[in-house]
Amino acid sequence: MSGYTAVTPADLEHMLGVIGVDCVADLFSSIPPGVRLRRPINLPPGQPEQEVYAELRRLAERNVSAEEEITFLGAGMYDHYVPSIVDMLMSRSEFLTPYTPYQPEVSQGGLQVMFEYQTAICELTGLPVSNASVYEGPSAVGAAAYLAKLVNKRPRLLVSRGVHPHSRETLRTLAVGYGTSVEEIALDDAVTDLDGLRRALGDDVGAVVLQQPNFLGAVEDVAAIATAAHEHGALAICSADPLTLGVLEAPGNQGVDVCVGEGQSLGNRLDYGGPSFGFFAATEAHLRRMPGRIAGETTDVDGRRGFVLTLQTREQHIRRERATSNICTSQALNALGGVVYLSWLGRRGIVEIGELMLQRTHYARETLAALDGVHKLHDRPVVREFALRLDAPVGPVLDRCAAAHVNAGYALGRSYEEYGDGLLVAITEQRTRADIDRLADVLGEAVAAERRAGAEVARA
Amino acid sequence: MTDANYPAELLYHPDHDWARLDGDSAIFGITWFAQSELGEVVFFDPPEVGTSVKANEFYAEVESVKAVSDVVAPLSGEIVEVNTALADNPEAINDDPYGAGWMVKVKLSDVGEADALLDHETYSNSLT
Repeated sequence: MSGYTAVTPADLEHMLGVIGVDCVADLFSSIPPGVRLRRPINLPPGQPEQEVYAELRRLAERNVSAEEEITFLGAGMYDHYVPSIVDMLMSRSEFLTPYTPYQPEVSQGGLQVMFEYQTAICELTGLPVSNASVYEGPSAVGAAAYLAKLVNKRPRLLVSRGVHPHSRETLRTLAVGYGTSVEEIALDDAVTDLDGLRRALGDDVGAVVLQQPNFLGAVEDVAAIATAAHEHGALAICSADPLTLGVLEAPGNQGVDVCVGEGQSLGNRLDYGGPSFGFFAATEAHLRRMPGRIAGETTDVDGRRGFVLTLQTREQHIRRERATSNICTSQALNALGGVVYLSWLGRRGIVEIGELMLQRTHYARETLAALDGVHKLHDRPVVREFALRLDAPVGPVLDRCAAAHVNAGYALGRSYEEYGDGLLVAITEQRTRADIDRLADVLGEAVAAERRAGAEVARA
Repeated sequence: MTDANYPAELLYHPDHDWARLDGDSAIFGITWFAQSELGEVVFFDPPEVGTSVKANEFYAEVESVKAVSDVVAPLSGEIVEVNTALADNPEAINDDPYGAGWMVKVKLSDVGEADALLDHETYSNSLT
């Protein structure tokens, strides 16, 4: 028994006696010896609690939050301002404390939140039905592909290489379970290669998955990709950045059948990676194949406006042992943050924030690309994120920037071997022109220093 | 909703499905007992015409306010027609399970399989 667990030898002996085994190891006798760890877990010996606390605090200090540096890191999660009204409503105990608030008899307030959230997502995506949210963006992409499998039962799935690497990994993992092969469509000058897509398409392709804007920040021709998919009876699935939809055309208006995405940028902080929520909207034809739940508006016996859980056709309490969706936990709490944020932003605000990001992104892209040893990775239109190429090793450059309290972005080589010299830079409304100028100074110096260091090594 | 009834001219599958034989084809549906257990049916998800079904395997789904359930084929064959009227009027499965609530018409691959089905008395006795 480990020193971290408060069980005395007497307690242990008593418990073993009650269940009738001689020692703890006997409890694991059904596990084959070959897969057992035959040594103690590699933990230090027991320490006083006060020392453990000090050690953990020392470790925690190595984390750097987005509030402690100027961050241009995005790659799917973005440092947007979260207004205090979001925290005020999310921390109300009615919303904060319930576990899995999805029973048909859940409170009217909870149902109204889901209904209003769905309404906002429908307006953003241009699609008529939205569910009450799923866990996060990548699993939403995987669930959308499974919807396609339920609809047309076809064995192949085509996914653009511009789709977030986490989403592509999740797709591949889930597709093993539902028996679909996943093939990647390469990028051509930073956007999905339309000719390559047309060549790969066939009547055995269930869906084409793309991302708008794509991982390199480039705006895709969604309508052309959706049309190509539909010519072969395949569904068009688009993962979209919701905060760009104030300035980009809604995917639903471009022929997309299912629009999903990561909801973090809507009122949820970075929080070291989660929790967040994913959104999931579709055309009416796919209503019954959607995962999760849908809340609807109705009237009670006295004619008053009320809300009900309308559809949950794939959930376990409806489909029992053949359920194909299980959205539980208090997932709706993060979606509540999303709908409060969107309500706070409003119809004009979402356009304004989109335009602000466009302008600052343009300024940042031109300013950085003018630095010595820094180039645009592509010239495609972008909204809030863009890719650069550096004439110096990206990792050490990022380290130098971090030492100056600037997080310069995401090293593309972590996910794309073909862009080993790539740097992905994200802009939010929190990054001022002065912040961008500071990044230009720090990045310029870091690239110059690494190039000098490289030249010295070459001479030596 | 009608009272319990199990017409004598139909054959029954123990999973609460019926078949109306007509030469080498048959019409399938679910029994009064099945619709009564499901409750108000809100959606019928039919198979595609041209697909084949196997006896004792699922070929369609019925969604009620309580549950989504699979519908079992009493006999094997190829779907030649589906009841498209159920798309707008799924409650016919409750109101008239042996008439307007029929589900599919099947060209049978082996009429002999019908010997394994139950007559109305055996089936209705099995329910008690």
